[in-house]
Amino acid sequence: MPEKTYRDALKEGLREEMLRDERVFIMGEDIGRNWGGAFKVTKGLAEEFGDDRVRDTPISENAIVGAALGAAITGMIPVAEIMFGDLITLAMDQVCNQAAKMRYMFGGQTSVPLVMRSVFGGGKNLASHHSQSLEAWFMHTPGLKIAVPSFAYDVKGLIKTAIRDPNPVMFFEHKLVYDRKEEVPDEEYLIPFGKARVHREGDDVTIWGTFLMVHKAIEAADELAKQGISAEVIDPRTLVPLDRKTLIDSVKKTGRLVLVTEETKTGATTAEIAAIVQEEAFDWLDAPIKRVNAPDTPVPFSPPLEQVFIPDKDRIISAVREIV
Amino acid sequence: MASASKPLSGVTNGGAQKLCVGQVDSIMAVTKKKLVDLYTRTLKVRLFEEKVWDLFGENLVPGTLHLYLGQEAVAAGVTAALKKSDWVQSTHRGHGHVVAKGADMKAALAELLGKRTGSCKGKGGSMHITEFKAGVLGATGVVASGLPIAAGAALSCQMRGTKEVVACFFGDGASNNGTFGESLNMSAIWKLPVIWIVENNFYAMGTPITLTCPSQSIAQRAEAYCIPSCVVDGNNAVEVYEATLEAVKRAREGGGPSLIECQTYRMRGHSRFDPAKYRPKEEVDFWLSKDAVETIQNIALEKKALTKKEAKDIRRKLQKEVDIAADFAVKSEYPEPQEVLDDVFAEVA
Repeated sequence: MPEKTYRDALKEGLREEMLRDERVFIMGEDIGRNWGGAFKVTKGLAEEFGDDRVRDTPISENAIVGAALGAAITGMIPVAEIMFGDLITLAMDQVCNQAAKMRYMFGGQTSVPLVMRSVFGGGKNLASHHSQSLEAWFMHTPGLKIAVPSFAYDVKGLIKTAIRDPNPVMFFEHKLVYDRKEEVPDEEYLIPFGKARVHREGDDVTIWGTFLMVHKAIEAADELAKQGISAEVIDPRTLVPLDRKTLIDSVKKTGRLVLVTEETKTGATTAEIAAIVQEEAFDWLDAPIKRVNAPDTPVPFSPPLEQVFIPDKDRIISAVREIV
Repeated sequence: MASASKPLSGVTNGGAQKLCVGQVDSIMAVTKKKLVDLYTRTLKVRLFEEKVWDLFGENLVPGTLHLYLGQEAVAAGVTAALKKSDWVQSTHRGHGHVVAKGADMKAALAELLGKRTGSCKGKGGSMHITEFKAGVLGATGVVASGLPIAAGAALSCQMRGTKEVVACFFGDGASNNGTFGESLNMSAIWKLPVIWIVENNFYAMGTPITLTCPSQSIAQRAEAYCIPSCVVDGNNAVEVYEATLEAVKRAREGGGPSLIECQTYRMRGHSRFDPAKYRPKEEVDFWLSKDAVETIQNIALEKKALTKKEAKDIRRKLQKEVDIAADFAVKSEYPEPQEVLDDVFAEVA
């Protein structure tokens, strides 16, 4: 099976869906032929599908999402790109008040087949406005589905599922995984939402994480294995819907849980997961749930500061060793 | 430019680029049949809103209300220029848009009462009153949030090649929000088939437009986006209709967006408990003297599109429809508690 980067796998998924269904189109800032997206995900698609279906927009985040929403409820299937996750703040009304609530507050009269792509995460010294991880905000908004692919295989299957879902999907990527490679089939496949991927099986501790932290957790698990600790690593792949069963079953097996994401700690998705586990598997826990997150600060610029901000393999290993 | 409107708030059409409204003896050009249609739509909205006010008085309408009373000619004039397959985007003051576009009044009134037979199954209420199959994209509780959605619906019409158009209602207050600039710009660069309908009632809640808008009109702002615009008397359904008709024609032919500023006035306050004492009495009296229903009725009578008897018959028929709808709404059941969980997500096929 060919190895592909996360970026190319994602583009392949987008391309397949555009070929399959002419209602699918992409809109966003600098996604067209001049630039191909800030992270080059859509490079070449405008040449193939034309400027109408791969549509450069003005710098108008609220109108990008709102217009994609208006198109979605009238027969199109838009994929709206917001260049950096931090900039979704400018479109929060359209995302959270409009797209998320439209079906419910209109009593099911319409559905919203809308995908909103954006990218989170630090590690590129882009400072406080281009590095955040804000997925918890959207997890707190009923009506949005949330995909958080961390691997090339997953990103292709999940973008295709997202595009075929009749609901608004926040499709979040991570800056530091675009170049990571994995075996990705050339043929079509879909990955269902709400189905976690278990990267390592283990008996002593469960490590649950998202985005780059899944990669760090795998590195940590491999090192822990050498130290005689068997860690299970779970990547939820989607936060909404959330695969509770895989997580709870794992905790019931290992009795210990470490949660790791790049988010600032207070109100992070790790807090919600910890709450779920203590509600559903309290009696199986043999130790307190540990959370490995960024500190409650804006993302700093200077490399040594950012390095401290973003959790790493060693912090995951330390957290595991505290409870195993 | 027909300019029956002499608002006391000091706003005129200023330097707005004109559509061709009023350049001919336009009322003569409107057919008698269309005058009857305009009278019927205006009156229907009026009677609907009066019924809502009555039901509110009986404490049957939960929450708040932003009544459309006074502004009926705007919704009537705009929707009379649209086809059934065209779309409107509504606002928090949306009852009139929905009713004028042809929504089922039973389902609309039931919705306002929070009943499960409501068009939104009781999930939306006054601020989200919507009937999708009548071509209403939705009413929204966030001022100015409808503009991008309307732009997107228009983009969809353009990309699908349907020749449908979108009329987007919003108020003078909304024109100070960022989405106004973002959406007008987007509509202009892509030549979207959208008609921006500003319902300028001169007050954003209680704040007069003189405190929030530096220009002589909202329409002037369209010039910056190269969008043709005009100011019309929003209490005159014929003026609104004619301007919209021209804008619709342009949109359908691929000529892009237009903006129509309809100057009008709320007969009541902003919301249910607002007595609107901040508005000078002479200003209120001026606008009440330009009543939307009387205006279109007088035009229709004068042009012999209607006799007095026919006008009365239409009123009687509409009143009966509204009464039946209200009876339906009052007698309908409230939603069952478990329905709170329904319709968050659509089922995946």
